[in-house]
Amino acid sequence: MSILDWTYIMVGVTFTLYISIAWISMVKTTKGFYVAGGGVGPLANGMATAADWMSAASFISMAGLISFMGYTGSIYLLGWTGGYVLLALLLAPYLRKFGKFTVPDFVGDRYYSNTARFIALVCAIFVSFTYVAGQMRGVGIVFSRFLEVDVNTGVLIGMALVFLYAALGGMKGITYTQVAQYTVLIIAYLVPAVAISLKITGTPVPQLGFGGAIAEGADSGKYLLDILNQLNIDLGFAEYTKAYPEGGKSMLDVFCITMALMVGTAGLPHVIVRFYTVPNVRGARLSAGYALLFIAFLYTTAPAIASFSRYNMINTISNVPYNQAPSWFKNWEKTGLIAWVDKNHNGFINYRPGNAFSGKPEFTGETGSYGQLIVANTLSDTENELYIDRDIMVLANPEIAQLPNWVIALVAAGGLAAALSTASGLLLVISSSISHDLYYRLINRNASEKQRLLLGRIMIGVAVCIAGYFGINPPGFVAQVVAFAFGLAASSFFPVLVLGIFSKRTNREGAICGMTAGILFTIFYIVNIKFFGGTAWLLGISAEGIGTVGMLINLFVTVSVSRLTAPPPPEVQEMVEIIRYPRGAGAR
Amino acid sequence: MSKKDLSQYWKKNLTIMIWLLIVWAIVSYGCSILFVEQLNRIKIGGFPLGFWFAQQGAIYVFVVLIFIYFFLMERLDKEYDVND
Repeated sequence: MSILDWTYIMVGVTFTLYISIAWISMVKTTKGFYVAGGGVGPLANGMATAADWMSAASFISMAGLISFMGYTGSIYLLGWTGGYVLLALLLAPYLRKFGKFTVPDFVGDRYYSNTARFIALVCAIFVSFTYVAGQMRGVGIVFSRFLEVDVNTGVLIGMALVFLYAALGGMKGITYTQVAQYTVLIIAYLVPAVAISLKITGTPVPQLGFGGAIAEGADSGKYLLDILNQLNIDLGFAEYTKAYPEGGKSMLDVFCITMALMVGTAGLPHVIVRFYTVPNVRGARLSAGYALLFIAFLYTTAPAIASFSRYNMINTISNVPYNQAPSWFKNWEKTGLIAWVDKNHNGFINYRPGNAFSGKPEFTGETGSYGQLIVANTLSDTENELYIDRDIMVLANPEIAQLPNWVIALVAAGGLAAALSTASGLLLVISSSISHDLYYRLINRNASEKQRLLLGRIMIGVAVCIAGYFGINPPGFVAQVVAFAFGLAASSFFPVLVLGIFSKRTNREGAICGMTAGILFTIFYIVNIKFFGGTAWLLGISAEGIGTVGMLINLFVTVSVSRLTAPPPPEVQEMVEIIRYPRGAGAR
Repeated sequence: MSKKDLSQYWKKNLTIMIWLLIVWAIVSYGCSILFVEQLNRIKIGGFPLGFWFAQQGAIYVFVVLIFIYFFLMERLDKEYDVND
């Protein structure tokens, strides 16, 4: 059977599964809609959290990023896992004891202020929209590459599917669909990784394989990482495992980015809200552990894939004549993920540091003397002749390793599962922020259960449409705004949530001033760099890492303003006292 | 449950938390970032040690830390009878 047939089968089967699960778990109450009735077991919640967390970027792009960044790629590995320790120890158990439905709920009640609630609500919506646009785009890209439909058609199919199961089943439907999606995505990630590890190193465990020796060929018996370092040096790159290479990120920057990603993770509303769905505090602690365990399966495999695929890539295409390049090279050339320009007219593919040309390839439709697709882009003056998109490292991996067609189809289904599961979790946060935090808590306290549920469903529809619009017409700044999502989550929520639990003295005035100061500083710093081409004036800390400084500012302002103003009222201090002890969380 | 017992429970909770966070900071910011170059001089198989911490070891430790926290808190909750 062809790749296309297999892909239709895999995608068809998994989509039917998702819809069936949503139909079975249809909900009738707002509690079911927002937090799955608080009845999800820790293991299921752990899986759902993992699927919710691992987005199209984790699945498709991360291994490729690390492959090109080497050691520096660790910022993503550390940043996107270490946050769960903070979440498990500092937030999840207490927020679960507090109960209710959303993050703005806690901020509003703890700081007895609708202003604080509103600031939190705006941040939650902004962070979630930033994130969801990328997911819809991811769905479209997977559709177009594997099912040969137009990207926009792909986005529309994805929108219809997410709307159907999120609106029907709310949080409950999403949760159980995510359990299925986790299973699909992790199998799809591990199968090719194990096969490639076996092929290169003879070890079936990729986590061990990439520290092991190469099994066959000219380099047989030598350590993979040593060979990779040598290959990198030969081509003019820095050693793969070297920390802080010249021209790369500094130690301070790596430190700040890692911390911003960790703290941002712990402050992301769609992650936090997952801990409201378990029955009690014990469940919240345990499911944080399961969540990270399930995430770690993918996150410890990704760096292995990164080094295997870099080794494979350099060996199979660097300094090889174009007309002898493997067939995957030509297959993916058609999709614009890879391109070659013969700068020195010798017919060989020269892979060197720097960009081969500016921007993404724009093919003229003509072919050159070796059959390569000609690009219209302005060539750079580097020796590099190869344009290679980082996504190819995961997407083309099965082909590079010559795995059977069904594995390639499985990767497509896995990529879709990753994108859809994250999108649905985010859409629910947007919907509950508007229907619960904005409408019910701030506008109409008398709204009936039925009205709120209907509004929740409508808001999912509206959010899907907006997300779909950005998926079809991606604004040029999508890549830039990712820094915003984490920077904002880190500089807005995290300090006020932690202080709200651990310091009774923290009051309304402190939280409002702290959040405002943290957010404003972070926004101005990022906007200056990303949109006005400004310099990273603060010790060279990049836009991705500035959330760390924003968080410290928030922390400092919150604490000092709180000390200078009146303590919170006794009933609020009593509430903080109560959330510190697990008993009674089940009752609500 | 008296006020005094509860404040003792809270103090023990904080102690557990702080120790685990210290380990968290050592493996992530210490071994993987601040001292990565020094650790890279040591090699375990094909892995320079600092590189291994940054791309593998720290993640394993994170998972273990959360489960240790879970088990210690289970015990503490039972001891002070505040569990559900």
